[in-house]
Amino acid sequence: MSAAAPSRAVPRKAGSTVPVLVITALIMAAWYAACLPMNNDLPQLARVTGLAERYQVSWAIERPVLPAPHQIVTELYNSTVGTRLFRETADGVVLNPRNLVFHAWVTLSATLLGFAMGSLLGIVIAIGIVHSRTLSKSLMPWVIISQTIPILAVAPIVIVALGSIGLTGLVPKAIISAYLCFFPVAIGMVKGLLSPDTMQLDLMRTYNGSVAQTFWKLRWPAAVPFLFASLKVAVTISLVGAIVGELPTGAQAGLGARLLSGSYFGQTIQIWSALLFAALLAALLVVAVTLAERLTLKAMGSRP
Amino acid sequence: MSARAADAGQGRAWQLLVLLAVGSGVLAVVLAHGFSGRAHWSTFLALAVALGVTMQACRRAARLRPSNPASQRFADLIVPLLFGAAILVTWEVLCVAFGVPTVLLPAPSLIAARVATSLPTLGADFVQTVIRAAIPGWIMGCLAGFAVALLCDRFDFLRRGLMPIGNFISALPIIGIAPILVMWFGFDWQSKAAVVVVMTFFPMLVNTVAGLAAAGHLERDLMRSYGASWLATLVSLRLPAAMPFIFNALKINATLAMIGAIVAEFFGTPVVGMGFRISTEVGRMALDMVWATIAVAAIAGSAFYGLLVLIERKVTFWHPSLRSR
Repeated sequence: MSAAAPSRAVPRKAGSTVPVLVITALIMAAWYAACLPMNNDLPQLARVTGLAERYQVSWAIERPVLPAPHQIVTELYNSTVGTRLFRETADGVVLNPRNLVFHAWVTLSATLLGFAMGSLLGIVIAIGIVHSRTLSKSLMPWVIISQTIPILAVAPIVIVALGSIGLTGLVPKAIISAYLCFFPVAIGMVKGLLSPDTMQLDLMRTYNGSVAQTFWKLRWPAAVPFLFASLKVAVTISLVGAIVGELPTGAQAGLGARLLSGSYFGQTIQIWSALLFAALLAALLVVAVTLAERLTLKAMGSRP
Repeated sequence: MSARAADAGQGRAWQLLVLLAVGSGVLAVVLAHGFSGRAHWSTFLALAVALGVTMQACRRAARLRPSNPASQRFADLIVPLLFGAAILVTWEVLCVAFGVPTVLLPAPSLIAARVATSLPTLGADFVQTVIRAAIPGWIMGCLAGFAVALLCDRFDFLRRGLMPIGNFISALPIIGIAPILVMWFGFDWQSKAAVVVVMTFFPMLVNTVAGLAAAGHLERDLMRSYGASWLATLVSLRLPAAMPFIFNALKINATLAMIGAIVAEFFGTPVVGMGFRISTEVGRMALDMVWATIAVAAIAGSAFYGLLVLIERKVTFWHPSLRSR
């Protein structure tokens, strides 16, 4: 039986490095091969003959339909390391808006604020739902229904409505992120806080433990692994929320704005490099949460 | 006998509370509109009574343990309905009583009126975004993810190579490829469907592969002792066992499809579609139209999701999470 191993555990298991490398190499090869057919109609290629030459040209077009991977990496390098990071203005030294790090920071700050707000909200809702039968009956269905609404569609409204009372910049985007990421945290925490079994709860009752004591000594520690599992999901969709939150404000600042301005001016390489940077950022955030998870679980005395 | 009588008595008291809540809620709305623009104390008194009574009714109903399943289901339905109605009434009353500017937040009645007067536009947007882009994209993405998951299951090398990549990509802001796909496939629904395909592919792949590994060892050994082929094992054991995972992906993808189709329209569309409507009407500050579009999107999204839940109940009736109720 070959498929016995649970797929979630695959990345850490020995024996998946070679397949991953092979498949990545295949994807890369297919990508380079696709550059010529995708860019075939561009004027730069009109008078080039010979397959090798055509390919060489297709990998170095300024505004291609499909840029070659090395073009994206080069653009990413040029717009981060190759551009001055700081700029001197009247107010002192600030991040240079021509540098992609500036845009990433704008998005990241909204992501982190929204992530913090959404996670807190999710935890509070979960605690309420676990402790009150009324809340669990009345609120839980709406928590689920709230997710069947295409929330990102609400993003422009949140921006405009909050803008009309003078709230612009970071906070509206963070609110969109928070709305997106409270859900996995709330669901995961309800599961986690309910995970202690009857025996353990009965033991707390025999000790005459109060609701608060039961919470802090039993329910909360039992819920921590669930919390981190949902935080990993929450942090990535928080980033999605921040990026989409930047679309309706017009192309000003942030990775979403780079995507939008790139699509206005046909700067495909700029879009791809912003996308790659967002991917790196997402990976970084997940790694950070995973590290925090390991440290916390270790401090709580779990064995790997 | 006496327990049932007490039960019935409690039920009657509870029904009275619901009636009272609905009555005071209606009164609050009427008062708010009567004093429109002026925050009169009687409006808030009615609202406070309505909210208090609703809370009490919800608490009673949540504690109710009717003996027959039909009234249990009714109680399970009425509590969230009351809660939702309470929020709607509060929203309406506060918006009207304080004269909240429409730009900030239009009252639900305004949104409902807007929906009623612009049904043709909303219908055209719905067809463009949901029927032409979201649903075809959802079907293609789910089928493709399912097919690749079967391939992964057949060829272990592919699974070991593709799953870490799939898990990684599911964590990425995939919506960002929308501008690229709009460039490739043009402004019409094809590019939106393409965005939906890419967004729904990986959740389906990851979930199906996880689901195909979910069948127990005992059952697999049984199939092997029958000498069943890979295909026979798949069809009669492993696919049914994977159904809860597959439906999970279908449900996640239903919301993702709506989001993908709408957000992709922010990057360029013909002059019809929900995302187009939202972005242009926001620009014209016609927020009631935006809210009307969102209401349609919310109803469509919830209906889509609810339909999937119904089908799931029929297909995975054996699953413990459904049997326990």
